[in-house]
Amino acid sequence: MASGPATTTPAGSAEPNHGRRIIGWWIASSIVATPLVAIFLGPAIPPGNGSTQGTEQVFDNTWMVSTITPVICLLAVFFLYGLRTFRAPAGAVVDGPPLRSDTRIQVLWIAATSVIVLFFAGFGSYELLQNGAGGGQGPSPVAVPSGQKLEVQVIGQQWNWTFRYPSLGGAESDQLVLPANTYIELHVTSLDVVHSFWAYELGVKADANPDTDNVAYVQTKDPRTFHVRCAELCGLFHGYMVRNGRVVDSATWHAWAKKAEANYQPVAKFMPPYAHTYLPDPQRRAG
Amino acid sequence: MTIARRLIGFNLFGGIVLGIAGWYAGWYGAHEVVGPSLDYFGDIDYNELSVVLAYLGGVVGFLAGLGFFNYPWARLRGYPPTLREKETEGIGRYFGVCTDHKVVGIQYLWGIGLFFLIGGLNAMLIRFELLRPSHQVFPSGTYLTIVGLHGTMMMGMMTSGILGPFGNYLVPIMIGARRMAFPRIEALTFWLLMAAGVVLETTIFFGGFPTGWTGYVPLANEANPGMDNYLIFFALVGISMTLLGLNMIATIVTMRAPGLTWTRLPIFVWGVLSTAVLMVLAAPVLIATLGMELLDRTAQTTFFIASGGGSNYLYQNLFWVFGHPEVYILALPGFAIVLELLPVFARKPLWGYRLAVAGLMGVALLSWMVWQHHLFVSGINGDLRPFYMLSTELISIPTGFTFLCGMMTLWRGQIRFTVPMLFCLAWFFNFLIGGLSGVFLSDVPSDVTTHGSFFSMAHFHYTIMGGLVFTFMAAIYYWVPKMTGYQLNERLGKIHFWTMFVFFNSTFAPLFAAGFLGQPRRVNNYSLGLQFLNDWVSVSAFLLGLSMLLFLYNLISSLAFAKVPAPANPWDSKSIEFQLPSPVPVHNFDRIPVFSSDPYGYGEPAAPVAMPAGAPAGRD
Amino acid sequence: MRSGAKLGIVAAALALAGVLIGFYVSHLTMLAGSPSYTVPVTHQNGQTVVDLKLQTVAAVGPTLSQNPEWVSYLIMDSHGQWKRDTVWRLPAHATIHVTVYNFDGDSGLRNPYFGRPQGVTDNTFTVDGKRVNALDPNLTSHTFAVPQYGVIVPIAGVDDNAKNQCGYAPCPMSNAHRTITFTFHTGAPGHIRWQCFVPCAAGWIDGFGGPMQTIGYMDGFLDVV
Repeated sequence: MASGPATTTPAGSAEPNHGRRIIGWWIASSIVATPLVAIFLGPAIPPGNGSTQGTEQVFDNTWMVSTITPVICLLAVFFLYGLRTFRAPAGAVVDGPPLRSDTRIQVLWIAATSVIVLFFAGFGSYELLQNGAGGGQGPSPVAVPSGQKLEVQVIGQQWNWTFRYPSLGGAESDQLVLPANTYIELHVTSLDVVHSFWAYELGVKADANPDTDNVAYVQTKDPRTFHVRCAELCGLFHGYMVRNGRVVDSATWHAWAKKAEANYQPVAKFMPPYAHTYLPDPQRRAG
Repeated sequence: MTIARRLIGFNLFGGIVLGIAGWYAGWYGAHEVVGPSLDYFGDIDYNELSVVLAYLGGVVGFLAGLGFFNYPWARLRGYPPTLREKETEGIGRYFGVCTDHKVVGIQYLWGIGLFFLIGGLNAMLIRFELLRPSHQVFPSGTYLTIVGLHGTMMMGMMTSGILGPFGNYLVPIMIGARRMAFPRIEALTFWLLMAAGVVLETTIFFGGFPTGWTGYVPLANEANPGMDNYLIFFALVGISMTLLGLNMIATIVTMRAPGLTWTRLPIFVWGVLSTAVLMVLAAPVLIATLGMELLDRTAQTTFFIASGGGSNYLYQNLFWVFGHPEVYILALPGFAIVLELLPVFARKPLWGYRLAVAGLMGVALLSWMVWQHHLFVSGINGDLRPFYMLSTELISIPTGFTFLCGMMTLWRGQIRFTVPMLFCLAWFFNFLIGGLSGVFLSDVPSDVTTHGSFFSMAHFHYTIMGGLVFTFMAAIYYWVPKMTGYQLNERLGKIHFWTMFVFFNSTFAPLFAAGFLGQPRRVNNYSLGLQFLNDWVSVSAFLLGLSMLLFLYNLISSLAFAKVPAPANPWDSKSIEFQLPSPVPVHNFDRIPVFSSDPYGYGEPAAPVAMPAGAPAGRD
Repeated sequence: MRSGAKLGIVAAALALAGVLIGFYVSHLTMLAGSPSYTVPVTHQNGQTVVDLKLQTVAAVGPTLSQNPEWVSYLIMDSHGQWKRDTVWRLPAHATIHVTVYNFDGDSGLRNPYFGRPQGVTDNTFTVDGKRVNALDPNLTSHTFAVPQYGVIVPIAGVDDNAKNQCGYAPCPMSNAHRTITFTFHTGAPGHIRWQCFVPCAAGWIDGFGGPMQTIGYMDGFLDVV
């Protein structure tokens, strides 16, 4: 282009008010989409209703998808409308109006995003500080639910999970069986590398670190089974650290506990006393 | 022939020869001299030290063969200082040390492109293995190595994906300079990266590494010697990043042409500056961390080993102190390219220039305050989690500035849907999804389920591939005609865009669901119920790979065979690089330009042109 | 440059890329892999029965591996030869009688709980012919474990002062060894991992590098069909 692009100013009077149209479409689409998302999509987001923490996460996710729906609507409307309306006609290159800035829009945008962000942070913090939301909180948890709790230790090692029950005299088992409708205090630790204990349907995730006691709380609901996976890369068989856990009613749990204790007896005399961390010999030996 | 003549002397050929020689020198040095003096060494048949010393020897030999030590050696012997090396020697200059920033930019484009394709090949292998919920082709350990190779290659190489090719090529031109502040260091950053890429890929001869790109200890401590390749690769990348960032900062701060005030700087240069600041501050942390890890592995220190008094949390914290700025090092150049290109194709000035700069700088600043969101469930002291939740979510405010400025630039514009513009518009879609999914990961209750799952993997592919790679493509379609003087085929470009956009989304959107449904990352066996989802993703990924090959075909056929000369200013841009002839002459400007406005004066009546006036050309 | 020469360069580059990619992928496929070994099957009283004869050795030796110092499991094939294959094809829902000849000294379990055998018939096993229901974790040399079937069996180690210890595998039966037998049942078909839980990889921190993280030594798969 030797002559350089020509400048036009669109005829202001003939042009429709794009801003008002976009806002109209935005409000309309948000009013339709947000309740749909809140009612149908939100509750369908996992982990589901397997524990109090799981239910809380679903509630949290429902709020978040519902809140971001109008944001998505705004951008969708803007781009669908704008890219059609502001499309340059074929032919010579024509410049648009030289709008450099608008303080009101900037302030409005910053205020709106700040409000959403602060709402998210406040809402998330509130949820978190109730009971830790099922996440690992380290050795001195800040969000401790009140009341009776059953302590269960989760021990990760390459590549298996085992579980110790201090209420059963420190009996260890390779099965994770939890009583229904009970608050469980999980103490997660590792004997070698970093693992992450993920009880998917219960909405629990806590990293297992050597020499660290990582506490997470979960309140079980009705009897069910759940999957345990490892969520932190731990080597060759990381993908195979899979286990099924069970939530069972009180009578079944006591019966199972008796069997587990009996099964533990032959090896009990060799076991270290129950502790929150174990630090086996690092074994950097040769030969 | 120029290539034949250049085979002898200091160039890539010499670099490879001396690199191999240096490798063996290091290997035997470790075995014959160092090894026997260490008592633990003899007991370890598969020893770390020889691998480390071999690769260090190889890198030094490579750099020597390329001729990086000639100049310091000449100076030691009393020869006078010079600034330039091998700038006008035809095609051979692309295969050696060249201090012309434009040559380095093009070297970066092809070099990084090559390793990008290798990383992509690994992604295809990953998706092939995941076609079946249990073992398919690769043994478990090999699968982890492939995952690690893909992640590490992409994270390491694409860190310089924009600053390398386009930063080096464009920043001096955009600021009206004839070169970078430190031209030899500029060349060094490129060749270090190439050496690093080879170091990483050859890990397959030393057993691979099982840790993924994060290299978590203590797993890294017990890994095969292939782990050392990872450590050396990332350390070399870190050195390259630090030098690249320093060079950019020095150039932008000190070498701007007269009249180019901070508020007239192209937004792309601001993006480069904010990224460079992050690089200079973050990469040294990485180098130090990997150095400690290397000592843990070779000299048997225990920085990160709990049973020896160390802590694996130290590694996790140090790694993410680097790692989180790192992801913004990847994202910020993308923001800058979008904001740089939108005014050209919407024919409007960049809306809210100061807000856009504040957005870039705000993201750069906040990115230092968020790293512990990677450790929400790690068992680190949990008191600070509300703070990190807040600081992470605060990042969406300056990111929102970029969205606002971009959208308001489009507003009432005269939008032309060229190929680069399509990639920029796709950025809005991808980054919106990437950013909003990040909200779920920053929120602790939701993160409990999504952390370490395919959800987070889909999230960062949306931000990095959707954010960086799409804008990388935009930059290629936009600037390569200027860099090479030849047009890229637009029809193929549009087919490439639409296939890439569709298959990118069809690959990564289902992975959000896979993550929520309980599929952990880096796992080659998953629940049977997720097989359909994974097969869908794999097929989409293969089609995405084909789309990339189509792009490669377009690049080679347009630049090597069709050779349609590009006009000097194919996009009617007001930016200064398009006022220069294509390709840009070796010394860029006959006269140093004097700037009187920013390059975004579209539709403004007497938009002053930056070019013609200026001081007479002198020595640089 | 002429168009033909350029096409030649592109063709050469494509060929080179093809060769490199082919080498890369085939190398990855074979890297640390182990061929699948089909274990012979017999039928007794309507039941499918498999006899697995295994050997655990402290050093696998130069004839069986490029890493002669690595600790390893070996399996006896139908010709009585010891092979270093750890991917075994087994029938589903079968009874597996396992005999392990261990020539390695004791290392000690990381998790002493695995001194209790699990998932095997009667939760007991025999050590040198003597039936026991637990093993002192400190005297344990290796374990044979199939966590998906709940199978964990500790393998007693050879006394450090024993005479005539085995150097490099394959070890003749005249060398000092312990004999462990147990029985377990395979379940539904699948690709099921088995592994050792004793940190027995000498020279690596935590004893879990090298042979412990490489299929073909202390880890493998049961290819249950």
